[in-house]
Amino acid sequence: MSGGLLETENLSCGYERCPVISGVTLSLRPGEVLALIGPNGSGKTTLLHTLGRLLAPIEGTVRLDGRSIWERPAREVARALALAPQRAVQTAWPLTVAEAVALGRAPHRGWLLPYTSGDHGSVRAAMERMGVSGLARRTVSTLSGGEVRRVLLARALAQTPRIMLLDEPATYLDLHYQAELLGLVRSLAREDGLAVVLTLHDLALVAPCADRVALLADGRLRAVGTPAEVLRPEVLAPVYGPNLEVLTHPRTGDPLVLPRLPAGGPG
Amino acid sequence: MTSGPAAATPLPAETAPDRRRFRGWAVLLGVVLLASMAASLCFGAVTLTPLQLWTALWSPADLDPTQRIILWDLRLPRTLLAVLVGGGLAAAGTAFQALFRNALADPYVVGASSGAALGATLVLTMGWSTGFAGLGPLPVAAFLGALLAVAAALLLAESGGGSASIASLLLAGTALGAMLSAAVSFLLLWRDQPWFQVFNWLLGSFSGRSWAHVTVSWPYFAVSFVSLWFMARPLDALTLGEETAASLGLPVRRVRIGVIAAATLAAGVAVAISGIIGFVGLIAPHLARLLFGAGHRRLLVASALLGAILLVWADIGARSVLAPVEVPVGILTAALGGPFFLFILRRRGGRLS
Repeated sequence: MSGGLLETENLSCGYERCPVISGVTLSLRPGEVLALIGPNGSGKTTLLHTLGRLLAPIEGTVRLDGRSIWERPAREVARALALAPQRAVQTAWPLTVAEAVALGRAPHRGWLLPYTSGDHGSVRAAMERMGVSGLARRTVSTLSGGEVRRVLLARALAQTPRIMLLDEPATYLDLHYQAELLGLVRSLAREDGLAVVLTLHDLALVAPCADRVALLADGRLRAVGTPAEVLRPEVLAPVYGPNLEVLTHPRTGDPLVLPRLPAGGPG
Repeated sequence: MTSGPAAATPLPAETAPDRRRFRGWAVLLGVVLLASMAASLCFGAVTLTPLQLWTALWSPADLDPTQRIILWDLRLPRTLLAVLVGGGLAAAGTAFQALFRNALADPYVVGASSGAALGATLVLTMGWSTGFAGLGPLPVAAFLGALLAVAAALLLAESGGGSASIASLLLAGTALGAMLSAAVSFLLLWRDQPWFQVFNWLLGSFSGRSWAHVTVSWPYFAVSFVSLWFMARPLDALTLGEETAASLGLPVRRVRIGVIAAATLAAGVAVAISGIIGFVGLIAPHLARLLFGAGHRRLLVASALLGAILLVWADIGARSVLAPVEVPVGILTAALGGPFFLFILRRRGGRLS
């Protein structure tokens, strides 16, 4: 298990010394996509925030390239590790999209120095990749929920990290951009060799993009494995309840999880 | 100046025309400020023509002594103070609005004004008389009161465990403000002589301010503004939310304390110099954001210039509307600022940012 890009060992995370999830041992290689799934409140975001150095672990540690992220300055970690949070800004200030995405360069450039033309290149590339170049001069406060999501993703991309932590990246995205997002996650891993950890509540999106799945429930990792290993009725039902159906995708052969009407309901 | 690399690669984050346009606006605001200051020097009980002002500024020896005193010892320091206080309050308001991500935050949001009021009231009711650097005891007490109140609000907000959330800081500031106001009222009723003096001072005025006030206060305003400007990019990051800011490696707690310290310094010195002047620190940032967006490098500069212009004109109004009687400038900024603020709000369809 050693030699991973991002590793945890017996990690326990939570708020104010009250663990939400514990005993997490994970190792992530470059080019790998790990999906965190689990019911609401199972600690997906808590774990992601702990991996991203936003939340100090209660026990255990998170290692990046073999060194604890807490032994390094936050900005140094931020150069390798980008996080796109789930909660978008509430009272959006009239920052332009270009200004918001450019903040992704702050870990590299610092908080004072002007951005270089290399920085502007990364910003431009990130905006193009997320399809928000056309919005560059708009202010973030005037965007739709889906557009804000893409701006946040572009900001994380502009950080040019080696690891991306995405908290519910598919929320607010319509079908078209969900497909784009899945493609983006694949290409970040396959072509750019990034390690990606993402939380997903929509289980239909898991198999098409993840190499590995971690199922969180009851304050621990209940199952870790390939989508085919984890997305099985006997693994999911104890966690999500019996009202689900696992089908096989007719074309790809991937497991496809769908909700089922409770027994005794209409139809 | 920057045409070389800027023209070669079109910059997405700050396009060359954007930058030029902002410079144009900044220069325009600077010119308006200078014109406003000139107007402030000319208007008053003795009116000077612009030509007289010009000669008076360049060769004060030619002036008759009364005019020289009016211009150099009365109007000039007063005008400079309006510029400093207006700019300082506007920059502090800009920073607090970004920090709290709340468009209603003003320079006094964490309790500086009520702390200053208590300090001033204590001095006046207890008859203390120790001054500092040519200033009377009142500004010193007001300044200390403001700083102590903000420090107390910070400590109270953090005592809940961990680092202070923005909401608990706002609540602590509000609760503390209520307590301090109660203490002020109690002191005034208990020692029933000088409440008129306190009231008058609380409403804010530049009347009778001298060069001593200018020389004592400007370094604080300068330090406050420069520190805030250095924290412009962190403020940009904070407007995207604390999680995003922290994930970029920003030490959120330290930045928050730094912003509060720098903004409170300006607010505290402003209260000490001129009493509590409302609305300038609320309106100027709004106007600046409407004109220049939320990038804080530009916003802080534009907001400070606008705040200075607004307060210079408010002071001109304060000594002109009921001349020869002076209206406290704080009454004027509130009386005109309130409707103006509502007007902007209506124009923007109820949206504040």
